[in-house]
Amino acid sequence: MSNKISVGHVHMSGCTGCLVSFADNYGGLLTILDKYADLVYCLTLADVRHIPEMDVALVEGSVCLQDKTAVEEIKETRERAKIVVALGGCACYGNITRFSRGGQQNQPQHESYLPIGDLIDVDVYIPGCAPTPQMIRNVCVMAYLLLKGNDDQKKLAAEYLKPLMSLAKACTSSCGCDIMDSVINQGLCMGCGSCAASCPTRAITMQYGKPNVDREQCIKCGACVSQCPRSWFSFDVVSQFEGITDAINGAME
Amino acid sequence: MVSDNFLGNYASVVAARSTDKSILKGAQDGGIVTQLFAYALEEGIIDGAIVAGPGDEPWKPVPVVATTVEELLAARGTKYNISPNMQLIKEATRSYGLDKVGIVGTPCQIQALRKGQLYPVGLRDVPDKIALAVGIFCMENFPYQSIVQLVEDHANTKLENVTKMDIGKGKFWVYTGRGASVQLPLKITHKYEQAGCHVCLDYVSNLADVSTGSVGTPDGWSTVFVRTKNGGDIWAKAIAAGCFETKPMDSVKPGLDLVTKLATEKITKNQKTLAERATFGVGKGLRNPYI
Ligand SMILES: Cc1cc2nc3c(=O)[nH]c(=O)nc-3n(C[C@H](O)[C@H](O)[C@H](O)COP(=O)(O)OP(=O)(O)OC[C@H]3O[C@@H](n4cnc5c(N)ncnc54)[C@H](O)[C@@H]3O)c2cc1C
Ligand code: SF4
Ligand code: SF4
Ligand code: SF4
Repeated sequence: MSNKISVGHVHMSGCTGCLVSFADNYGGLLTILDKYADLVYCLTLADVRHIPEMDVALVEGSVCLQDKTAVEEIKETRERAKIVVALGGCACYGNITRFSRGGQQNQPQHESYLPIGDLIDVDVYIPGCAPTPQMIRNVCVMAYLLLKGNDDQKKLAAEYLKPLMSLAKACTSSCGCDIMDSVINQGLCMGCGSCAASCPTRAITMQYGKPNVDREQCIKCGACVSQCPRSWFSFDVVSQFEGITDAINGAME
Repeated sequence: MVSDNFLGNYASVVAARSTDKSILKGAQDGGIVTQLFAYALEEGIIDGAIVAGPGDEPWKPVPVVATTVEELLAARGTKYNISPNMQLIKEATRSYGLDKVGIVGTPCQIQALRKGQLYPVGLRDVPDKIALAVGIFCMENFPYQSIVQLVEDHANTKLENVTKMDIGKGKFWVYTGRGASVQLPLKITHKYEQAGCHVCLDYVSNLADVSTGSVGTPDGWSTVFVRTKNGGDIWAKAIAAGCFETKPMDSVKPGLDLVTKLATEKITKNQKTLAERATFGVGKGLRNPYI
């Protein structure tokens, strides 16, 4: 028990789809809760009313600037969590809440939404709308190894999490245009098609081997550019894919 | 397990070719890719494979999910232009309903696959459903219009008459159904290469389960690296089932030395390109994707 890490799920302006993704690890979620993590806070699943101290806060949703409680809660989360994870496209990049502009009953003044990284320092990003169960699982296992593992495990976990920490340092906005700006325009695209596969709205089609982004269809989740191997690629980690996969599968048994 | 800076990690390397005449006819080299998928499909090791199928224009590949041997056969042969095979990696597990996915790809596509397995951002449920990743060697690729330019302009041959293209022995070869062949010096082809290939640091699909290419072995044969435990299991079963004829790599010419030489050349050249990108402008550089 004491050797577990404490994890909380903080729900800002999100849709709970990120939490559902976490739950969609099915038996794996129970294994995580059995062996590696105590869920100390999660309004959807448990009756703890106030944000407690925790090792890892999984924060979903963006923050409405006109909602006082929301602003307080995101600040409290930062104060009380060792590691803050922006879970999902909304927390990382704003996602669909980028399009909010107020004018709806019964809080027509609720018009401004920002990703959490614009209000607090964020340690790790898990992009995606929805984020994948497998990525959430991997980050949970790696966070456990980072905080509770032996030296080798700590090193591996740090290497694994590094790109996700770099994403958190890099920026709080993303959209299909990033595929153009930071990959194609930079002479880096090699036409693999990963971006098109990862887009949840099928806004990307491959034309003569290159991605074409329908910007009207893009919801600004940032999945495409995160998944693109020419956006970031860590030989250190990815070359160990066999060992890491075995380690994660082993941990989930 | 060998750990080589240029050839990656591998358990074994052999010269091989399929024992199936109907696969060899129309295969680029030893028919390794098609044979391995056909065997895996028949044995239920995979229930489909993403391959570069025929497209709507001559020699333009389109990724397809092949679930029959006929579809695998229709995708034989190298298309020297981009087939974004990763495009279907999620769809294969959705509308196609596959649980055990096979995929063939160039080294960069296998990199994309492994990144997607370890860091699945938009690829829910994909990581655990990859059953067999076959990598092909790749020095560079071309946009489709470059191939049109090379074949129709430089080689003065209509694309629809072409039966095979091959890069080998320092030349770009274009063969037609009537038996004619045109060869272009590679010097001519360089400016038509895909720009993104110039930062590529992998020649022999280091991250695949099994990787294969033509270099190193005689015509009609392939060089095959068996890399992962999964790849080793499937390869051993396929050999036991009589799918492949093999020879030790050191018994064939030109052998592994040439593979090593080309891999070293590619990676060294592209590392230099990456270094030059860092100071491309005045006090400004271009982005380096490798963190
Ligand atoms: C762009 C490119 C560059 C290459 N460069 C080299 C090289 O420098 N040295 C070397 O030794 N070998 C190279 N090859 C690999 C070689 O041409 C053969 O593909 C390989 O030896 C497999 O032959 P096979 O007879 O086993 O496969 P086959 O049984 O003929 O099957 C070939 C498979 O490759 C797939 N394929 C064809 N074109 C593409 C494509 N554009 N993208 C993704 N998949 C494709 C087909 O769908 C098919 O499944 C290259 C291949 C490509 C596509
Ligand atoms: S193009 Fe698709 S994947 Fe990329 S940011 Fe837009 S919606 Fe997300
Ligand atoms: S994922 Fe990146 S490299 Fe691959 S096609 Fe898309 S932009 Fe190009
Ligand atoms: S050279 Fe590299 S980037 Fe270009 S197609 Fe081949 S493997 Fe991909």
